[in-house]
Amino acid sequence: MNEVLLRSLTPSVLAVLVRRGADFAAAEDAVQDALVEAVRVWPADPPRDAKGWLVTVAWRRFLDATRADVARRRREDRLDEEPTPGPAPAVDDTLQLYFLCAHPSLTPSSAVALTLRAVGGLTTRQIARAYLVPEATMAQRISRAKRTVSGVRFDQPGDVATVLRVLYLVFNEGYAGDVDLAAEAIRLTRQLAAAIDHPEVAGLLALMLLHQARRAARTAPDGGLVPLAEQDRGRWDTESIAEGVEILQAALARDRLGEFQAQAAIAALHADAPTSEETDWVQIVEWYDELARLTDSPVVRLNRAVAVGEADGPRAGLAALSALNDSLPRYAAVAAYLHERDGDLATAARLYAEAAQKAPNLAERDHLTRQAARLNSRRCR
Amino acid sequence: MAKYLLLKHYRGAPAAVNDVPMAQWTPEEISAHVQYMRDFADRLEKTGEFVDSQALAPEGTFVRYDGEGRPPVTDGPFAETKDLIAGWMVIDVDSYERAVELAGELSAAPGAGGKPIHEWLELRPFLGGHEHCTVTE
Repeated sequence: MNEVLLRSLTPSVLAVLVRRGADFAAAEDAVQDALVEAVRVWPADPPRDAKGWLVTVAWRRFLDATRADVARRRREDRLDEEPTPGPAPAVDDTLQLYFLCAHPSLTPSSAVALTLRAVGGLTTRQIARAYLVPEATMAQRISRAKRTVSGVRFDQPGDVATVLRVLYLVFNEGYAGDVDLAAEAIRLTRQLAAAIDHPEVAGLLALMLLHQARRAARTAPDGGLVPLAEQDRGRWDTESIAEGVEILQAALARDRLGEFQAQAAIAALHADAPTSEETDWVQIVEWYDELARLTDSPVVRLNRAVAVGEADGPRAGLAALSALNDSLPRYAAVAAYLHERDGDLATAARLYAEAAQKAPNLAERDHLTRQAARLNSRRCR
Repeated sequence: MAKYLLLKHYRGAPAAVNDVPMAQWTPEEISAHVQYMRDFADRLEKTGEFVDSQALAPEGTFVRYDGEGRPPVTDGPFAETKDLIAGWMVIDVDSYERAVELAGELSAAPGAGGKPIHEWLELRPFLGGHEHCTVTE
């Protein structure tokens, strides 16, 4: 049995239960139970209609749990009080679930956890392992998130931008535990793109595919970071690149530019260059200008300074950099790189060492330390 | 989300406001302190922010490699002036501000006279294990 295929049915099964009048939190628990049951039963006895089977089992679980609940609280059967489902939904059910799980009332971490469970069909244990927290903590994070959105009406249209931010967060978590979160983010974004026709959804999907295409080449056998210029481009996933480019082109043709499309355009220009030297840096700078206009993010302007350094030379890059606040994350790393390109190895070595001190993760710290060491040993010789 | 380590020191941190050695507290004050720590951890589990909490014994030894076949070299017990870690709590929170807020609450654990200790806790961010997506790497 294909676990991903099974999990892909999660949102539609959950939506059926909610449409029948189940409250979201109880329905979500029931669907999780049904998924666990499917993993147990299906290998020996596969159903003909997988979704129908899951709906039946999940609904039964929901009714059992609700009856037990009702009996315990000595209340009238609340099922009779549930309003009958309204007219046919105007918005796709799967889409509604994305909106609900990324609701603005949730913190980013809660939205991420809830999305992975209710839309992605991952178990609490898998999510806990991926985020390196105890299972009990993750269980509480998810049930709090469910309580937070319990009052939100299921048929309210949501904001696609919040959903995209959540999916992007999942993607950036990369690979941890036994779940490939980057691959899961791509799957969920692909599913979202099927549910809604929106150029930024397509843009994010393209960005993820283009970035993921370089994943194998980005890490050395010893686990070290390999910068873009030094990557073995033969190891890039050409199929993933072709798909990303195609999706991006279709999105750009709609002429509703957004930040994910602009980022994907930059990633596509990198992917398109047969060698680092042949990269179209002038066009990349133009895309960074677009991106800066769209987001007004200092991180974007920092990346732009790197691109300017490649397009117009390191002095121009340093000039662009000097306009920025030097407390920005990775400022010192960018300054080190530009000074090295400019031939000032002593300053570059000092800045690489400084950047290593401020690196946000181990891989970057090791990489920057190695850069400093490389320049220092060359200068001493 | 980011993980932070809250470090509690036996020695080495600046002096607390309510700086009375635990042995001079009443048994009830000690119980109240322990209960506060336990409740704090329980509450963080409920908010989905708890990762780990451990306490360390005050004594320990330094060990180092000193060539094949030779015993490790130790210098315990530690000199009185040395920084000494008493324990830690690891939290997983949405922001640095939240981490500071929680460290502040933990520092308010009751001590002598049932009053908050106001001890200094060291707050250290974890280095992330994962990579960040930057387009121009």
